[in-house]
Amino acid sequence: MQATRRSFLKGLSAGVLTLSLMGFDLKDVKAYAKTLKIEGAKEVISVCPFCAVCCQVIAYVRDGKLISTEGDPDYPVNEGSLCAKGAALHSMYTHTHGRVLKPMYRAPYSDKWEEKSWDWTLDQIARRIKDARDADFKQKNKQGQTVNRLESLFWMGTSHASNEECTVINSAVKSLGMVCIDHQARV
Amino acid sequence: MTNHWIDIKNSNCVLIIGSNAAEHHPVSFKWVLAAKDNGATLIHIDPKFSRTSARCDFHVPIRSGSDIAFLGGMIRYILDKKLYQEDYVRLYTNASFVVGKDYYFKDGVFSGLDTKNRRYDAKTWAFEKNADGSIVVDKEWKNPRCVFNLLKEHYSRYTLKTVSEVTGISEQDLVRVYDIFCATGKPNRAGTILYAIGWTQHTTGVQIIRTSAMIQLLLGNIGVAGGGINALRGEPNVQGSTDHALLYDSIPGYMSMPRAQWQTLDQYLKANTPTTKFPESANWKANTPKYMVSLLKAWFGDAATKDNEFGYQWLPKLDTFADTSYYSVIDNALHDRMRGGFVFGVNPCQSFANVNKVRESLDHLDWLVCGEIHNSETSDNWHRPGVDPKKIKTEVFLLPSAHRIEKEGTISNSGRWLQWFDKAIEPQGEARDFGNMLVPLMNKVRELYRKEGGVFPEPVLNMIWPEQYKAEDWTKRINGYFWSDVKVGNKVYHRGELVPAFGNLQADGSTSSLNWLYTASYTEEEGNKSKRRNPKQTPLQARLGIYPNWSWCWPVNRRILYNRASVDEHGKPWNPSLPVIVWNGKSWDGDVPDGPWPPLAEKGGKLPFIMHADGVAQLFGPGRADGPFPEHYEPVETPLKSHPFSKQLCSPVYKFFEEDMKKVAEPADPKYPIVLTTYSMTEHWCGGGETRNTPNLLEAEPQLYVEMSHELAKEKGIKNGDGVLLESARGSCEAIAMVTVRLRPFTIMGKTVHLVGMPFAFGWMTPKCGDATNRLTIGAYDPNTTIQECKACLVNLRKLDKLTEIG
Repeated sequence: MQATRRSFLKGLSAGVLTLSLMGFDLKDVKAYAKTLKIEGAKEVISVCPFCAVCCQVIAYVRDGKLISTEGDPDYPVNEGSLCAKGAALHSMYTHTHGRVLKPMYRAPYSDKWEEKSWDWTLDQIARRIKDARDADFKQKNKQGQTVNRLESLFWMGTSHASNEECTVINSAVKSLGMVCIDHQARV
Repeated sequence: MTNHWIDIKNSNCVLIIGSNAAEHHPVSFKWVLAAKDNGATLIHIDPKFSRTSARCDFHVPIRSGSDIAFLGGMIRYILDKKLYQEDYVRLYTNASFVVGKDYYFKDGVFSGLDTKNRRYDAKTWAFEKNADGSIVVDKEWKNPRCVFNLLKEHYSRYTLKTVSEVTGISEQDLVRVYDIFCATGKPNRAGTILYAIGWTQHTTGVQIIRTSAMIQLLLGNIGVAGGGINALRGEPNVQGSTDHALLYDSIPGYMSMPRAQWQTLDQYLKANTPTTKFPESANWKANTPKYMVSLLKAWFGDAATKDNEFGYQWLPKLDTFADTSYYSVIDNALHDRMRGGFVFGVNPCQSFANVNKVRESLDHLDWLVCGEIHNSETSDNWHRPGVDPKKIKTEVFLLPSAHRIEKEGTISNSGRWLQWFDKAIEPQGEARDFGNMLVPLMNKVRELYRKEGGVFPEPVLNMIWPEQYKAEDWTKRINGYFWSDVKVGNKVYHRGELVPAFGNLQADGSTSSLNWLYTASYTEEEGNKSKRRNPKQTPLQARLGIYPNWSWCWPVNRRILYNRASVDEHGKPWNPSLPVIVWNGKSWDGDVPDGPWPPLAEKGGKLPFIMHADGVAQLFGPGRADGPFPEHYEPVETPLKSHPFSKQLCSPVYKFFEEDMKKVAEPADPKYPIVLTTYSMTEHWCGGGETRNTPNLLEAEPQLYVEMSHELAKEKGIKNGDGVLLESARGSCEAIAMVTVRLRPFTIMGKTVHLVGMPFAFGWMTPKCGDATNRLTIGAYDPNTTIQECKACLVNLRKLDKLTEIG
């Protein structure tokens, strides 16, 4: 049988019991364990968002807040280890410097960003998509072949998307007839 | 990857080239070092000594852009010294196929070149056919036009002397590396090749990788444990995003994008469904109609019927040779041919080649929508140094994106393992995942079409589109459903049930799948297999480390691709001490085999390379845009005026846009004598957008530097830590000098050639850390992929006392 992290912990508690029976005083150890910042936190399995080794990560969450992150020791590929970027995940999420928190809009020739609502923003974008599509949609090419395509809009990105998000993107792009679509496979 | 991360430990020799695995895929290196602990030899071929080199048995510096010369020399060495695994080559490659009489290679150019359009007509590269249409085969290898003999002839020019002159590697070092790696040609030894974008980002990138595949085939290293061609894919889900075809030229599951010459579904299927005369070939792509119709059905559902070609007419079609990749969009934007666009989770104004052109081109757009975690060099392009925002017309919408642990879904790692991640916390502020942006956005567009009508509304309104985004619904749709009751064998499947495996997909509209490769990942019996966390393995599997019960892997949980090539025609492993699959007389043990058929020599047995029409791997590959055999050409910007392999200096068919060619250094240009290569780093992620906004990572690597040899620094009067100005034909860039022994001057065709290296992670949005290295790099592209030549261009540099970009 292969030892998983959980079976190891189980074994550890059995060992602790044995030690107690042998007369060791574990009060201090137990008191220390209670001060661990992940005490009582929920373990959530995620995957590091950087290179395609895709190391698994455990996120510790308490009261909806991220308490800590660490490499998943059970995952056979990374076996708990992470690189500098993976190890910095916790600070990446808890540190909000530069994070975009609301939809932002920059008007033509403006020198500033403005905060907008999601609803306003998506309405504006939907209008522009439809206007561009209705104006530029090409049903035939120069040879008279049916091509049903939209060449004046493009989509770039992204390999940061999940497989599910990728299929949403591709389905949206295909339904509009867009042919300019590309992502980091080429960078 | 043909294999997977853990399998690297099974190798007898790990050749790392075009990658700095220890620094850029640090955790992968755990398995490289495990191979070393098991006795493997590690070799690093790279212009720069790095932490990868430090852990290898050998580091051999190579001039950037000369990889095909190095690898072509290895092919010659293998053939001359008969180091190939002969049974494997005879059985499983096209070495015995006879090429047609009209094929030739002369003065560095293959037959069929159309110089005006810079394109090859591949007609003359076809194999000779018998009267019945089957390919002529010469098992004795006596015909001078059989692939094996053409291969010998082609690489006869790649002598130790010529290779050494071009690469800068001494003949002794070449022999040492060739000997060690080619020793894996023995049946019981395996060598692996690990590469990254150090190989892809060249005008000959695809052919570099093809050369490595040819070497691995000659040595019998494909399909075996510890072998393979293993791309250390960089981006987090670039495997999945490529499988799901966020690309202009393919649709999900590696099928061709519809083109204008295929006006009907029948024409598309006829052109894209190969046939074979070899009864031992499985010719898996004969299933294309099932996968294509199931994809159409997954997109258009009940609206897709046999009578309307399952909605094929609703898909856009590209013209025959059209390229609508990133770089054509940039060029078209610059010439006011684009109206607007979406840039999600990518930073073109930082990470693309010749980035000054990219930055300028986006000013020509009417509108731009960015989905980002941080404001980036792209979303803030209107605001960049030296530009007056009041003169930039582009409207920009910046949508706040959720980070990985703020959302759920699956990714596919480089070894094709499908991994589920849960949502740990709510997205910060009003951030959303991409699904929760796109689903409501498209619902608004659909509403406008319903209310107002508009041009060709059918695909917009017939695409299956939910009210709300739920990730796992799409995981199931990717796997696929039955759309009507179907009897397969003795079992009846009902409409609405998940399809158990891609063998059940049909071409009659009774099944759907958003990507056939992923069918079997989510089933009625076992649920979502990407969530599996069971380390159980049989003893045979445990020796390999394939963990078949942990997550799931496409296709059909096969962990090592082409594994039928790991056994002989009787199903006996070439390496009995480390088998991948073993025929027990009735079925296969070990990994999931490439199809259930018995071994080749038995009745109904099949050849291993099932994705090729003829069942064998292609030493002669007539499918590429730039020739059936890889050939050395210099980078578009080269320190040489000529090279010893042919009169053809650069690839005759590399892609470019006229705009790009206005700013290119001449061959051996005295104004730009130094080779520049670029690379990633451990602490920053690609263009650096996320990691520059993480204070501890920025503190660890705070500013842009240029690594150069002591010899070059002395020549230029530069000391370690000095400010430097680099200039190419396209732009200039400031950096801090890092004078180091990690880089040494090369001697190339008798002259000294200096090479400098720079990371590309630093951009102007992070104050005083430096700005894009890509202002220097060149817009010249591989003809197969339109990937840019970021890994080799020409620059000059000088000391700069007063820096403005770095503080």
